[in-house]
Amino acid sequence: MAPNGLGVENYWTATRNGKSGIGRITRFDPTGYPARLAGEVRGFVAEKHLPSRLIPQTDRMTRFALVAADWALADAGVRPSHLAEFGMGVVTASSSGGFEFGQGELQNLWSKGSQYVSAYQSFAWFYAVNTGQISIRHAMRGPSGVLVSDQAGGLDAVAQARRQIRRGSKLIVAGGVDASICPWGWVAQLASRRLSTSDDPDRAYLPFDPLACGHVPGEGGALLIVEDDDAARRRGVRTSYGEIAGYGSTFDPKPGNGRDPGLRQAIQLALHNAGLVPGEIDVVFADAAAVPALDRIEAAAITAVFGPYGVPVTAPKTMVGRLCSGGASLDLAAALLSIRDGLIPPTTNVSLAPEYDIDLVIAQPRVGALHTALVAARGYGGFNSAMVVRAAE
Amino acid sequence: MRRRVVVTGIGILAPGGIGAKDFWNLLVNGKTATRRISFFDPAPFRSQVAAQADFDPETHGLGPQEIRRMDRAAQFAVVTTREALVDSGLELTVRDPYRTGVTIGSAVGATMGLDAEYRVVSDNGRLELVNHEYAVPHLYDYFVPSSFAVEVAWSVGAEGPATVVSTGCTSGLDAVGYACDLIREGTADVMIAGATDAPISPITVACFDAIKATTPRNDDPEHASRPFDRTRNGFVLGEGSAMFVLEELDSAKRRNAHIYAEIAGFATRCNAFHMTGLRPDGREMAEAIRIAMSEARVSAEDIDYVNAHGSGTKQNDRHETAAFKRSLGADAYRTPVSSIKSMIGHSLGAIGSIEIAASVLAIENNVVPPTANLHNPDPECDLDYVPLTAREWRTDTVLTVGSGFGGFQSAMVLARAETSVA
Repeated sequence: MAPNGLGVENYWTATRNGKSGIGRITRFDPTGYPARLAGEVRGFVAEKHLPSRLIPQTDRMTRFALVAADWALADAGVRPSHLAEFGMGVVTASSSGGFEFGQGELQNLWSKGSQYVSAYQSFAWFYAVNTGQISIRHAMRGPSGVLVSDQAGGLDAVAQARRQIRRGSKLIVAGGVDASICPWGWVAQLASRRLSTSDDPDRAYLPFDPLACGHVPGEGGALLIVEDDDAARRRGVRTSYGEIAGYGSTFDPKPGNGRDPGLRQAIQLALHNAGLVPGEIDVVFADAAAVPALDRIEAAAITAVFGPYGVPVTAPKTMVGRLCSGGASLDLAAALLSIRDGLIPPTTNVSLAPEYDIDLVIAQPRVGALHTALVAARGYGGFNSAMVVRAAE
Repeated sequence: MRRRVVVTGIGILAPGGIGAKDFWNLLVNGKTATRRISFFDPAPFRSQVAAQADFDPETHGLGPQEIRRMDRAAQFAVVTTREALVDSGLELTVRDPYRTGVTIGSAVGATMGLDAEYRVVSDNGRLELVNHEYAVPHLYDYFVPSSFAVEVAWSVGAEGPATVVSTGCTSGLDAVGYACDLIREGTADVMIAGATDAPISPITVACFDAIKATTPRNDDPEHASRPFDRTRNGFVLGEGSAMFVLEELDSAKRRNAHIYAEIAGFATRCNAFHMTGLRPDGREMAEAIRIAMSEARVSAEDIDYVNAHGSGTKQNDRHETAAFKRSLGADAYRTPVSSIKSMIGHSLGAIGSIEIAASVLAIENNVVPPTANLHNPDPECDLDYVPLTAREWRTDTVLTVGSGFGGFQSAMVLARAETSVA
């Protein structure tokens, strides 16, 4: 569910062609704010996809998530009613919950009074809502969860899905979907001091560029159907997008204590967990913070592990923005699609700053067979996660 | 050989009891900490009672910058983490920081901070285009509650996997279960794990009012939380935190750590029925209980005490009783069951961890805490709920459960380390 395309094929076609979904915010008037661009999901009409009774009780992000889950299950050819209920679970990442719904209810409370707070507020905004609603919609009664690690969450949720499958679950709906492009959410994001203040959609979010000046937030994300390999074969699955081969996660040292940032270690742990050496990775999907100090750290980590210009690096998120907990799972989807099609999407609009010794894929996609990909994701405050995916056998 | 996980340090901050010792005292004396809400004027609300913690951050060692930037729930977690770490005697500085991780459960994150900030930037809801110039610098930390894990990781110097687990009212159980998995799979040797929530703010009180989930027994706050009682009419909102030092067993033994208990089994399921409603049959909770017991290699007769979710709503206590009967069979009638929410209210995402702490202390002391305010038995809830008075009771193995909005049902088995067969 992406700002440059609804659904896998629309998203991927746009991404291959360098088509951006970033533009001036339309959901509210951004004139008075220092940042005015976002990656908004366009053309999504909830009523077309969901029963009317779900509309009043769900925040925008939950509607996205429910529809994304429906589409993922359809893509996987799964009819949940045909599978054992306790063998299916849902693990989502969240950042800010149903923030827009929450803004409306806070406004009701403080401008009108407590009796105006909706009966749905008790469950429409909290972080667990997407997991809860998806599990109800598809009668999935197995182990489910919700993880919050800011932008790294999208990988952590898929890693947890793998963990649950190793413990016996057969199928997990996993990933992250976020939406907080409302004035209250915008003011909170501004407080991170990482937002680009540019008004030019093509010049605002420039990771690894000499003119890097922050990121553009977006909404959306991706949900993936993660299955036990044997169980999938037994129900007739013949092709998959790929395998979750490895994962690693660290947390940065407290600022000032002198130790190195943990991204490099997270990448190395993921490689080790996958049983791979750096030379076996065909592409890295970068976290791409577009804050110079953070770009420096990421470029140094990639170079330390893979060697200077040692692996193609890309960040198609320049076309959609940073999607909070949705970002890393969308990157995972992009990585799997890259492997499927033998094509690395470009990091649009960026010129590589000479200080970074990374082989950044810019200007146009790079064509060629890909077997394994590594996705990196960092969360505000110091979260580092890395995941390796590889082609299906 | 399966890696096993034990609790070697406990930190608790609960209404009526800050610090493990005071908390346990409150429980064994059957005293309640439920009072009329004092954080704000409760008169406009249907439910006007809560279990508030008497917490002064400066007294508990937080500096002015920490107090300024941290939401109350984060402050709780840092304080209980410090207590747990000191209690454990573990010296983290000599260990590989990448092998120590942090998992914090929270249902509603920085909701007090967000509520207060919203009032300012919106000018009491007057402005839809809220004013960014009035926002506190650390508003992003309230916006995404993984900031709680940041604060705790900083406070102990952990650089391993860190995350917040946010599965509503089972967050406190699920966070500890998640941390356990990370030790068992070999990713970490030490996990600082537990939960926190500080939800006593107008928006939260209002939202529970709207679905009549909280008790309107405002004329008798001290006796308002009545799990399993025929006259129960909703839960009392609470706040608090409990944090644990979890270690791999052999590593704890090698350093001669005091071992409170083993986390012998954990399982979670969903009822996939309704975001807030419960069917009366309790079958998914029963399934979680069965799997947790199976992992702990115990059967129903081995369970010495059940620490219930016991929130005190009509539907929960009925649902849960049914779940105990389904999973424990005849032993459900022979095993003491109690709800400490009767004394400290329901602190949402935190309570699961606080209840793990109570369960661990029950093992440590061979005493089971009572269900306070239980004067009128409900024929639908006909088990032994340890009414009013704590009971001396040989407690080697405890089952603790949780149930929450979104349909989450979780169960954990804790066992005295010497006798555990997990």
